[in-house]
Amino acid sequence: MSDILSIRNLRVEGRPPGGAYVPIVKDVSLSVRKGEVLALIGESGSGKSTISLAAMGFARPGCRIAGGEVWLNGYDIMKLSPRERHALRGDAVSYVAQSAAASFNPALRIGRQVIEAPLWHGAGDAATLTAQATELYRKLDLPNPESVGHRFPHQVSGGQLQRLMAAMAMSCGPDLLILDEPTTALDVTTQIEVLKAFKDIIREQGTAAIYVTHDLAVVAQVADRILVLKDGEMVEEGTTDAILHNPQHDYTRKLMAAVRPAPHLVDHVAARDADVPVLSVQNVTAGYGTVTILSDVSMEVPRASVVGVIGESGCGKSTLARVVAGLTPAREGRIELNGKQVEAELDARPREALRDCQMVFQMADTALNPRQRIRDILGRPLQFYHGMTGRKQADRVAELLDLVDLPASFASRYPAELSGGQKQRVNLARALAADPRIILCDEVTSALDTVVAAGVIELLKSLRDRLGVAYMFISHDLSTVASFADEVVVLYAGRVVEKGPSKAVFQAPWHPYTHLLLASVPEMRQGWLEGVADTAEARAASTGSVQIGAKGCPFANRCAKVITGTCETVAPPVRDLPGGLTIACHLPPEALPA
Amino acid sequence: MSDATDPIAPRASVFAGLRLTWTAIIAGSVLLFWFTLALIGPWIAPHGEAEIISSTTFAPIGEGGILGTDKLGRDVLSRLIYGVRTTMLLALVTTVISFACGVTLGFAAAILKGWFDVIVSRIVEAFMAFPSTLLALVIIGVFGTSITVLVLTVGLVLSTGVFRVSRALGYDVGVMDFVEAARARGEGTWWILTREILPNSMAPLIAEFGLRFTFSILFLSGLSFLGLGVQEPAADWGLMVQENVGGLFLGSSAALLPAACIASLTISMNLLVDWFQQRQQGETVLEKIDQ
Repeated sequence: MSDILSIRNLRVEGRPPGGAYVPIVKDVSLSVRKGEVLALIGESGSGKSTISLAAMGFARPGCRIAGGEVWLNGYDIMKLSPRERHALRGDAVSYVAQSAAASFNPALRIGRQVIEAPLWHGAGDAATLTAQATELYRKLDLPNPESVGHRFPHQVSGGQLQRLMAAMAMSCGPDLLILDEPTTALDVTTQIEVLKAFKDIIREQGTAAIYVTHDLAVVAQVADRILVLKDGEMVEEGTTDAILHNPQHDYTRKLMAAVRPAPHLVDHVAARDADVPVLSVQNVTAGYGTVTILSDVSMEVPRASVVGVIGESGCGKSTLARVVAGLTPAREGRIELNGKQVEAELDARPREALRDCQMVFQMADTALNPRQRIRDILGRPLQFYHGMTGRKQADRVAELLDLVDLPASFASRYPAELSGGQKQRVNLARALAADPRIILCDEVTSALDTVVAAGVIELLKSLRDRLGVAYMFISHDLSTVASFADEVVVLYAGRVVEKGPSKAVFQAPWHPYTHLLLASVPEMRQGWLEGVADTAEARAASTGSVQIGAKGCPFANRCAKVITGTCETVAPPVRDLPGGLTIACHLPPEALPA
Repeated sequence: MSDATDPIAPRASVFAGLRLTWTAIIAGSVLLFWFTLALIGPWIAPHGEAEIISSTTFAPIGEGGILGTDKLGRDVLSRLIYGVRTTMLLALVTTVISFACGVTLGFAAAILKGWFDVIVSRIVEAFMAFPSTLLALVIIGVFGTSITVLVLTVGLVLSTGVFRVSRALGYDVGVMDFVEAARARGEGTWWILTREILPNSMAPLIAEFGLRFTFSILFLSGLSFLGLGVQEPAADWGLMVQENVGGLFLGSSAALLPAACIASLTISMNLLVDWFQQRQQGETVLEKIDQ
């Protein structure tokens, strides 16, 4: 049989607590041949993860496989005993989860965890297996393959951990590898190295793979065939080439549109220069304990405009929002709201200043108190800032819900009764309840599905137009920022490396770091990955890691255009370029990447 | 998840959606029985608390009183019925005291952090370093054996554990985004404590209350047994075991029955708490998987 995996008419059902079983996967059939990569794509709730787990004969607690056949290597694994199925897992089929950090035991050395499964399956003694694992580390392009196994999970970076997770999955030489959103939680720059490593090792070992993701651009790089899912049903199946260039189904087209919104590069900021900015951050330095995260950051948010803050994780984007909100007091520098200086400490700020500046968090569900009804969640800021109670408050809550396109009946619900997108809308409504001048949006769409996220962005735009509210929009998703922001600030290691109108930032010339970020956003064409991974920028970037508080230019150790002797020691000059662009780099403007 | 309404039931209270099991029903019934008896005891007890009804001491079951007599010829049944009131009331008051102190200080330490947390935590640790019985013996030895001293002492000793639990809970819940959101809004410490943190700590705290209540019954009974708790002629289960310990060798009901009563009360409470905790965790696990 040439098919490694063949699933026929699979049906999976799930049961909410206390409820009846409802179908999650409806009559799905698929097959994967040796050496082939099949991508399952769809939004969350489309059943893609459930199908990939069913390929191992596993259903999550509260779910059951209700019908169909799963043939793996010629065995119908639904008919195997639990013991026989156990023997297959890890050996014939293995699984790479989305969060490598959550899949490693923080108390054990990595090497020991990587060889755990083959040891259990009796594939050899510890020394042989460790040698094999070292070989895998080398193939996965991990730095120091001999010693990385002796480290603990917290001692390596997120991208490295994800590759180590792949090493763990490959350690038994499985016939089928299941990758469940393995790069979704990674930065674009890291995603490239990980994708490249995955692709190489799959090709080299001739393993069949199922790649679960919602990102079509990622799929274009790794998959041979694509299966599009919606609400547990197959929408469309075909070769990667056919799906990308000739999608037959409306839903596939909708997914593709949501992945890469068209950039909006309109330069309409100049007119506002005369106004007092809503928010002005001047030379702010901040951190936690003895660690300095932000150093000497200055930026402005003009009235009713959107300023995007971009950068890799750990570069201080969230800290910047927390400093502005007062949650993490700035050590030095000045913060002005509407031209008036506010204290660094939250407690010292007048209620007026707090009202003007509201924050919306990344995780929509943890930002809402699960024991309060939406009515109370929205009612509190109304009472707190505006003294609104009773009938008046209830009316305003209904208005706010209407403003974020939710029905007024939601007022009596609890957060658990809302979907992720709906929760984020409630978070937004809570911020709007204060009648703020500026809303700090900290990765507000990162945890949402692409289609749902696109809806939230549309809402933010329309609120800006209707209410004149400004946003500080923090995101690591460059295409969202490009489609939405009027101005952009690029942070690296807690410093502003480039800022200006988004038109200028997203066009050449770029700061070398901005260039790296933009070049790392996957494009929806096959072969992009190979091209970009070979560039000098990508190779230089993957060798170093972010060093906060370093002398000179913090990006020097990852920069392809580094001026040795200068960049590492001397802080880069801040240059003003035409078009309102500011870049902090030693390179003369004409030498910047273009 | 799509924008369609998902079918998860509203979770208004921590008790919502709990399914009964046989263990829970039996344990609950036993507790209900003792609670009812504590309320109406004096009206249904056949004899008075300290009334001597027979000249036979340690009379077996069925002779003298229904459940026999104790070392002074008092009715064991009546003393048990009066005793449930003393035992449970004292346990309840001490547990409430320990929670009032422990939860307030624990949450305050978690919210205020800094020097307040350091000082309170070190003091509590100093108290915890002593074996609890020894600590209670010292305090009672110094201040005398009155009911007030007894209740305050046991409450204080128990509050150290409650402090630890609520401080940990406060730290866990205190870093959640919705608490940050309340802080960013400018809410005061009191609001954050009572509206944001406390409602989200209720489930573990209720379980903790049950356990502390059990422990407090055992602790008070132990002190009574040592002669430092409730004093004669008042009836208390622990005291009854102690005063009738001489009858143990005669197989007297007067010593065995109160011990059995203590066991039934504490074991039932424990079973109920276990059931509650398991259900809470079970529901949360399922809820997470659904999303």
